[in-house]
Amino acid sequence: MEQSLPGAAHSILKAGHRTSRRAFTDKATAVGVTVGGIMVFVALLLIFFYLLYVVKPIFDSAEVEPVTEVSYQQTQSKALMVGSDEQNEILYRVADSGLVEFFRAVDGKSLGEFKPTLPAGVTVTSAAVATAAEQKYALGLSDGSVLLVKVDFGVTYPDNVRLITPRLRYPEGQQPMAVTKDGSEVRDLSFGYASDKMTFSYRDSNGNWAITRMSGEENMLTEEVEWVSEHETIPDTPRQVTQQLMTPDQRQLLLHSGNRIFVYDIRYLDEISLMQVIEVKEPNTSITNISLLAGASSVLVSFDDGRVAQYFQVASDKGRLYREIRDFNAGGQVAAIAPEFFRKSFVTITPEGELSLHYTTSERDLFDKTFDLKDTKIMGFSPRASALVVDAGEKLHLFRVENDHPEVSWSALWQKVWYEGYPEPQYVWQSTSGSDDFEAKLSLMPLVFGTMKAAFYAMLFAVPLAIAGAVYTAYFMSPKVRGFVKPTVEIMEALPTVILGFLAGLWLAPLVEENLPGMVLLLILLPLTILATAVIWQVLPAAIKLKLPEEFKELFLVPILCLVGWAAFEFSPVLELWLFDGDTRQYITNELGITFDQRNALVVGIAMGFAVIPTIFSIAEDAVFSVPRHLSNGSLALGATPWQTLTRVVLLTASPGIFSAVMMGLGRAVGETMIVLMATGNTPIMEWSVFEGMRTLAANIAVEMPESAIGSTHYRVLFLAAFVLFVFTFCFNTLAEVVRQRLRERYSSL
Amino acid sequence: MNKWFKSGSPWIWMTGGAVSLSLIAVLGLLLLIAWRGLSYFWPAEVYEWQLRDSSGSESTLIGQLYDREQVPTARLESAGYEFNPYPGEFVTRYLVKTGNREFVGLDFRWVLGTDIVSESLPKDLAVFERTKNGNFYGYPVAVIEDGKRLPADNLRVMLKEHVQRAVDLNDDAMTLQKQDIGSINYELERLRLKERGYELDGELTDTRKTELELARQALNDEYKVLETELFALREAAGRDGVVVRDMRGQEVTLNLSQVLDVTYPNDMGLMTKVGHWFKSVGGFIIDDPREANTEGGVFPAIFGTVFMVMLMAVIVTPFGVIAAIYLHEYAKKGPVTKMIRIAVINLAGVPSIVYGVFGLGFFVYMLGGSLDQLFYPEALPAPTFGSPGVIWSALTLAILTLPVVIVSTEEGLSRIPSAVRQGSLALGATKAETLWRIVIPMASPAIMTGLILAVARAAGEVAPLMLVGVVKLAPTLPIDMNFPFVHLERKFMHLGFHIYDVGFQSPNVEAARPLVYATSFLLVTVIVALNLTAISVRNHLREKFRSLEH
Repeated sequence: MEQSLPGAAHSILKAGHRTSRRAFTDKATAVGVTVGGIMVFVALLLIFFYLLYVVKPIFDSAEVEPVTEVSYQQTQSKALMVGSDEQNEILYRVADSGLVEFFRAVDGKSLGEFKPTLPAGVTVTSAAVATAAEQKYALGLSDGSVLLVKVDFGVTYPDNVRLITPRLRYPEGQQPMAVTKDGSEVRDLSFGYASDKMTFSYRDSNGNWAITRMSGEENMLTEEVEWVSEHETIPDTPRQVTQQLMTPDQRQLLLHSGNRIFVYDIRYLDEISLMQVIEVKEPNTSITNISLLAGASSVLVSFDDGRVAQYFQVASDKGRLYREIRDFNAGGQVAAIAPEFFRKSFVTITPEGELSLHYTTSERDLFDKTFDLKDTKIMGFSPRASALVVDAGEKLHLFRVENDHPEVSWSALWQKVWYEGYPEPQYVWQSTSGSDDFEAKLSLMPLVFGTMKAAFYAMLFAVPLAIAGAVYTAYFMSPKVRGFVKPTVEIMEALPTVILGFLAGLWLAPLVEENLPGMVLLLILLPLTILATAVIWQVLPAAIKLKLPEEFKELFLVPILCLVGWAAFEFSPVLELWLFDGDTRQYITNELGITFDQRNALVVGIAMGFAVIPTIFSIAEDAVFSVPRHLSNGSLALGATPWQTLTRVVLLTASPGIFSAVMMGLGRAVGETMIVLMATGNTPIMEWSVFEGMRTLAANIAVEMPESAIGSTHYRVLFLAAFVLFVFTFCFNTLAEVVRQRLRERYSSL
Repeated sequence: MNKWFKSGSPWIWMTGGAVSLSLIAVLGLLLLIAWRGLSYFWPAEVYEWQLRDSSGSESTLIGQLYDREQVPTARLESAGYEFNPYPGEFVTRYLVKTGNREFVGLDFRWVLGTDIVSESLPKDLAVFERTKNGNFYGYPVAVIEDGKRLPADNLRVMLKEHVQRAVDLNDDAMTLQKQDIGSINYELERLRLKERGYELDGELTDTRKTELELARQALNDEYKVLETELFALREAAGRDGVVVRDMRGQEVTLNLSQVLDVTYPNDMGLMTKVGHWFKSVGGFIIDDPREANTEGGVFPAIFGTVFMVMLMAVIVTPFGVIAAIYLHEYAKKGPVTKMIRIAVINLAGVPSIVYGVFGLGFFVYMLGGSLDQLFYPEALPAPTFGSPGVIWSALTLAILTLPVVIVSTEEGLSRIPSAVRQGSLALGATKAETLWRIVIPMASPAIMTGLILAVARAAGEVAPLMLVGVVKLAPTLPIDMNFPFVHLERKFMHLGFHIYDVGFQSPNVEAARPLVYATSFLLVTVIVALNLTAISVRNHLREKFRSLEH
């Protein structure tokens, strides 16, 4: 085909083919380059949205939805507790007769009834449950003894499939332990249990409240625990008691009587005393229920108007007394309330079936919805708080609960929070601790404060130096010297901050600590020296001036200042001896009462100021230098001195540029990590003192991120910290850039 | 005078003072690092002091002078010291490195100047550099070969020969352990993963099982041979010893397998010292770290830094250049371009730790986690790419340094006279051809500058790396002789992190500090050199185009 064409046509066709290919390449390049360019924007958006995506779940509210329901047999007896195993596969209901029914959640099939065997002729006269996490209950018997029972689940893996078998366990044996002194029946039981100590409170045959404490001691020979009992009657008890609670640490007994709660100190049986009587202040409300929150430091008090208040002990001048800390609205009178096993969440339900989920510390109302549940008697969380079992209408209802991050709320992050055991609401950042029942305290305020403090001291040091230096370099310096000075200062910007941090922490911090008087002296001497040099230069005879190289006039200061600096440090110990008895640090701590950390804000200010100087210097210098010459020349021609020209004309014109330089510097100081990490003690305190350290957002991320678990609240809060940093610096940088672009336009019109 | 004040001249001097202070700070800092870093390698004299403290008890102290300070006498007196006669208002206090850690407990000790009775620099005093327990100072007395004490004539030469023999044997053992045995372990691990992979796919047939078992058997046999060899080498290395008299006057036997080098700093001439200095610098650069990074060299850190930075450069260059070309050559003035410019400025201004957080969440956990599920299910739950590693570090730093490349490239593009472009277009070239044949070649030095600056920035960045891949001690380098030779998922060591780690996390900060200065100096040198190169390339470029414009 091609051979048959004449030569010319052939070449035209070929050229046409090539042209179209060239056009295609051209087009493809244009598209490719555009996509590449937009990718930069996408990268920024990606960072922004990814951070948001990780942060978002902590502000999501909880989800509770019904899964299944199971009918139980023991409809005639009241439930003592309900719950499930860790995997939410098996539900259980403990009746107050001590009988336990187990059901498979999937199909509602009964897995059997378990009843603790009691001695012949003995009946259950009262029953009590321990805290939710223990899954234990105790049966008070007619012969004055008590039997402890634990609901337990065994997990085995036959054929690599998980099999969960329910069972009952008896922590102190199947034989009931004699509790009452005279063998009379146990009434109104409550108990606390530990492997070496048990305490039971009950009403004895005379109707008095009594306590029996059993202390276990291991027999050296048989290695069996032998229990020794003590009995004591509680004085001053109310006549009508509707509910009794013992704290799991066996130190306090709470009796609910009418509208009052009596708190007894039962730590030592021979010193039982009434610690406090909690009374309801509001008229027309009465207490309907009391229960313990997870960790057992807080008491949740429900009122008949639907209010649930959290009480915990706060140190006061009368000792540690219960105080109402905060309250929640259950939406109506509380029919049942259940705390989670480990976190400070609790769930309430009204007789009409309005279920609401709250978290105490963060004061969050996580969930509120009315379900078709009439007359709920009792509820219980599953151990991992991923399910809720509700006993209502002769059925067990299983709800799936999704409540991953209740402990964080906007207010808990930024406002003072009253934590258990604290004397007052405070800003606290304390994400981890050695103990198990520790509640993470995630207030971002101390970190933001630390960030501000570090940035403030750094700017205090850097801004005057950098701007003054920039003005001089741009306006007064000879081009030759400028050509050397500017890159030298700018090379500082490239210096790794890890090196600045290392020097600050290991060289500067001890140096400052040793030579505090010298540092102060330096602060006074340096400006004085510069002024003195200026005076001397002024009065220097012209003959000598001519001999000195005029171009390098400004560099004369370098050796002079070095000399003064050296002298100040040499003189420092002498001064110290003179004024502070030879030890300034001791003096500051003991005489002035100021806490002094070796790695403090002063060191950080100097070191980070150092890192920020080149940023500010470089941009400010450009701004001053690019002020059009005809402006300053005009001013000078009109008779203004160089200084007047500088302050009235040049600086005014360049001020937006200098502002943007400061913003850029601030952005850098806020986000700097390594210097703060190495030059402070990283304690999250909120003190402006220059002699104390701080913990910044950035350093905190660097310290805690590697050890936080993916997806945990802590992990997401750290992402939030990063997001806050991102937004901070985004604002500073965008502002600076917009100002700079405006300035550029203005210059071009000038 | 009043008039002089009004003229503002003093204020001008004040601003001049600010410049001077900044200059002093910069140069002082660089000098400080250089001085401290370089003097670390200089063989310091070993002193022998006779001490008598205030209670009259006498002792001998051998060690190297580390630091000295002036302490007010009053402070010492309040701390319980007694002076007779009164030494004046200040007492000099010396910090002495006494070494011999296993015998004296602390290898640093403060000595008061008033306690020193006499001081000497005996020429026979030797410094033993060891693999364990730091330096040892003392007088060599005899060499022990195979349990027998050799005659003591020509001790130094004999000692040197024996030390060299042990060092060589130890080197052989190390090579054997790291390379041969290391690769067998690696193969065994691969076999295990292969088996698990078959198992997951349900393809683990009996033939495959036996095959794998045979291969494993072969490797185990090989391992046993090598192991015997290794033990033989180690035993041979531990054959000899040296008897040394230490400062307590006791004779101590050191096993030569732990001794790396013996020097006599008091008996060195200037040239020998210079030679030793260079040798130490060389060792610092090519050796592995020892004793929790507080001794030895920093080779893995240098290697890790360079490798990560090169990887990053490969990633960042195309993206940065394309973005710059878009902004300068293709983009029309409008909101989109403005937004991209603001994005660039912000990318440059976002704190580096935020990149670290992003890298950890997005690259490591999300991307890496997905890669693991797709391609490495057999290794799960142990992560392959789903944990911090060198590739994620490189990617994270690539985003971080993207603005550097963009800004620099764009500056280069803006310096190319538009006449050049128009000429090309007028001759019939398409825009793409102009770009490819004219603009990019002319801008290549600017791209180079951007790249160098990006590399310099990345080499000094530590905070994000702490989250996405750096570790204090990586057992293996990211490149080795085991297939597939380049292991992008591995963690690595980094000079900057090394500084942080050794300076702040090491158990013996005092002993490690000189090493940190040396590492700092190395890092600063590299970064300043890179920056100076970039600046000179840029200046050269500016000159070149200035001549083009006229």
